[in-house]
Amino acid sequence: MPTSQSDEIRTDFQSIILNLQRHWAKQGAVVLQPYDMEVGAGTFHPATTLRALGPDDIWRAAYVQPSRRPSDGRYGENPNRMQHFYQFQVIFKPSPAESQALYLDSLKAIGLDPDKHDIRFVEDDWESPTLGAWGLGWEVWCDGMEISQFTYFQQVGGIECNPVPLELTYGLERLAMYIQGVENVYDLDWDGVPAAEGGKTYGDIFKRAEVEFSGWNFEHADTDMLLGHFRDAEMECGRLLVLETPLVLPAYDQCMKASHLFNMLDARGVISVTERAAYIGRVRNLAKGCCEAWMGMTETTTNG
Amino acid sequence: MADLVIEFVSEEIPARMQAGAGRDLARLIETALATLGVWHDNSVATGLCAPRHLLAYVTNIATSQPDRIIEKRGPRVDAPEAAIAGFLKSTGVSREELVEEDTPKGRFLFARSEITGGDTAALLAPIIIDILTHFPWPKSQRWGRGKFRWVRPLHRINILFDGKPLAGALDLGGGDAITFGATSCGHYFEAPDDIDLAGVRNLDDVKARLRAGYVMLDQDERHDAIISEAKKLAASQSCHLNEVQLGNYLADIAGLVEWPTPLMGQIEDRFMVLPPELLQATIATHQKYITLSDADGKFSSNFIVLSNRLGDAVRDKVIIAGNQRVLRARLADAEFFWQQDQARQLESYLPALGDVTFYEGLGSIHDKAIRIEKLASAIAPHMPSANPKAASRAARLAKADLVTGMVVEFPELQGIMGGYYAAASGEDKAVCDAITAHYRPQGPADDLPATPEAMVVALADKIDTLVGFFGIDAKPTGSKDPFALRRAALGVIRIIVDGQLTIPLGKILQVSTSGYGFAKVDADLLPFIRDRLRGYLRDQKMRHDVVAAALADDDGDDIYLMATRASALAGFLAAADGTGLMAGWRRVSSILAAEEKKAKTTFAATSDPALFTEAEKALFDPLSTMAVNQDNIELQLAALGALRSPIDLFFEKIVVNDDDPAIRLNRLGLLAMIREKMLAVADFTKIEG
Repeated sequence: MPTSQSDEIRTDFQSIILNLQRHWAKQGAVVLQPYDMEVGAGTFHPATTLRALGPDDIWRAAYVQPSRRPSDGRYGENPNRMQHFYQFQVIFKPSPAESQALYLDSLKAIGLDPDKHDIRFVEDDWESPTLGAWGLGWEVWCDGMEISQFTYFQQVGGIECNPVPLELTYGLERLAMYIQGVENVYDLDWDGVPAAEGGKTYGDIFKRAEVEFSGWNFEHADTDMLLGHFRDAEMECGRLLVLETPLVLPAYDQCMKASHLFNMLDARGVISVTERAAYIGRVRNLAKGCCEAWMGMTETTTNG
Repeated sequence: MADLVIEFVSEEIPARMQAGAGRDLARLIETALATLGVWHDNSVATGLCAPRHLLAYVTNIATSQPDRIIEKRGPRVDAPEAAIAGFLKSTGVSREELVEEDTPKGRFLFARSEITGGDTAALLAPIIIDILTHFPWPKSQRWGRGKFRWVRPLHRINILFDGKPLAGALDLGGGDAITFGATSCGHYFEAPDDIDLAGVRNLDDVKARLRAGYVMLDQDERHDAIISEAKKLAASQSCHLNEVQLGNYLADIAGLVEWPTPLMGQIEDRFMVLPPELLQATIATHQKYITLSDADGKFSSNFIVLSNRLGDAVRDKVIIAGNQRVLRARLADAEFFWQQDQARQLESYLPALGDVTFYEGLGSIHDKAIRIEKLASAIAPHMPSANPKAASRAARLAKADLVTGMVVEFPELQGIMGGYYAAASGEDKAVCDAITAHYRPQGPADDLPATPEAMVVALADKIDTLVGFFGIDAKPTGSKDPFALRRAALGVIRIIVDGQLTIPLGKILQVSTSGYGFAKVDADLLPFIRDRLRGYLRDQKMRHDVVAAALADDDGDDIYLMATRASALAGFLAAADGTGLMAGWRRVSSILAAEEKKAKTTFAATSDPALFTEAEKALFDPLSTMAVNQDNIELQLAALGALRSPIDLFFEKIVVNDDDPAIRLNRLGLLAMIREKMLAVADFTKIEG
């Protein structure tokens, strides 16, 4: 299919990541590495969740985050859905006046010239019940396809964000599929190296993982073990938060763990509709506790 | 007189909020100007909204407020000096300027001051700030360091009064502010440059300046442009728009474009075997593309997508290809479900319905299926030409599609997919058609189920829902009807009335009630259904009082009979006999009322023919022989109509108040007979006027 890219911009998967990192670094973002835990979305990374609240008055970060959604696994058979995928996450606090322009420039940087397409900002308010977070914004369409989420955070962990951060989330696989003109995610060119020279596709790297993790997520994960882990994580998180000097970051790790374990239990089909809301509430309480402790800690640091 | 332009330029306003925002801005500015006293009889405020522009244009505002005299009452004339001094101080008026005036409470001092009306231009900024601060967005947000809330970040505030920019600024909090200006901007990509609004002469001028920047400000104009351009494009492929369906989402798509350019896309051939309802749901409801029908009225493989760009051959191809790609993925999903679901017999989905809760306390959907199957067998014998076996079978299978992949993904296709899947499973056509249509009617304007079996299943499903929710006391209250029980009852009524069905509803409700294992039919249910019938008849433009008169008997469960009575009565009262009879009725009832009040009794409906004159006999004969045929309202009304001239003759020839008390009483008895016969047909006391 016809795509539009200037010759010097490479469109293999890793180049898209590199170009986004370079672009946002130029805008003054700290380029971070993925958080080393299983999370459902880039938003969970403490660089977004906690830093959206404090302590910095100015916080700019960009990073790739592998995201795990156990229920979305399709044993590698669906061309668009995986239980493991990549999000490119940008957080800019305070949200710049020229937020939209900055975002559109980033599209140019990866070979998607907005002037050669039909880009739309379509209402899509964001809410994360597990993080107690919400914001207003859009999903961004390129020629009818959603390529990013664009959100002005209003609350995280039930706490008002002040200043307000801008959060951008690029669905990297989908974006790359569009830029490369590929219909199946597993056909994505990962490295720009011809296959004959050992170049790899997305499928070469991840297909087996999708098959195996789908099997684990849906069929084989030991649900008693998952339930036990969930309870442990919940308890440990609570314990760390009530220490005289709360250990917020380790507590938040346990909160992320609990959230992922809930997703696993959900995929295994052992959580009924009525229980679901209760589990989400339990994770939200952990997230709220961490955010509140994080802000409390900020105060003691700045005062002392 | 001068015109005012208010324009707010922001990031993209959600499509669904745009029309309301335009109306709200016009309303708020009108109220504020009226409060200032500068709104004029021929002032007009127009609110318009595009994705990034919200604008109000107000004509004919007074350039200054009228001068006013303010009068303030002070103390009594004889009040202590200290009180008067205090009043002088508070009003800033000198002792000599005070006026004395008599009031009902005595003679008082008044301070009069003449207020010179302010210049409108100097008063506008605060009211605009006030509107900005209190604008009723359904949802709003903060951004940057600010505290100010708007639907999305606000970038420009342009105010022009009499064509001239107005000074002012909005404090956003956190050290940021937006200074009022007079510079709008064009289409984000096509003409991002500034557009000078200074010197605008009228609304058309504003629109034209923005149009030059490829922004169609007026939502109605965008609607019209979309429809007319899309029609042209469709015609070029001998197609036409599915306009009825488009009406449901035109505002959504028009709210996503500053400059709509329709482009023609193609659905791949392999998808055209999918049911048209599925294509429509995928393409229109989910992707918001405009679907088309070909010359034969068949679902076309062409569709129209709106681009927000100017036409450009190269770019248009990219945009079409991109949208087709998205649609292809969507339709591939639908195709997958279509094939996957049909790999199994529809019946094999039934057990899985046991895992889906109908409602807490009302069992699973599987329980519901079993109940409506039984209920369908009870209803079918009362449905002319219905095949009872097919009706029961359809009732059993009606809900099976709810657990198919397709209906989980596209809930709006419930029933419709069930019909297709039943056909693929080799079910009879009568069964398939009944499954397809059993959710109908879904609203007052929706079609009714057309086949007898579909009517049976539709009734069974709705009655089961009504009985269930009434059984657990989840009845509608006031404006709250979370389970759409009014709609269900209205559906039952429409099916019965339209089908001219005589159904023993009380017994059917009993069957349904035992199906749930409830002790007895909820006492409120039949009255609720009758009440919906009254509402339905009034919606059919039947007079309020006529409905009340015809349905006065509140024990019935024969909905069709009640509806027939009402419309027959309405017809009768509109015709000459009816109006004539009513004139007589009013005399009869007012005489009886007056005399019975005096006599403190109710006159018996008897009269002795031995005391009659000719005119009385002419009235008595038809009255005494009148058969009371409960079931045939037409005959009853015809018999009442025949009383019209004897009654008229009676009042022409006879004076009821005869000197002879026996004759007088006999005549009142005759009137009481009229009353008895008439009230046996309908409650004419309810008829007004």
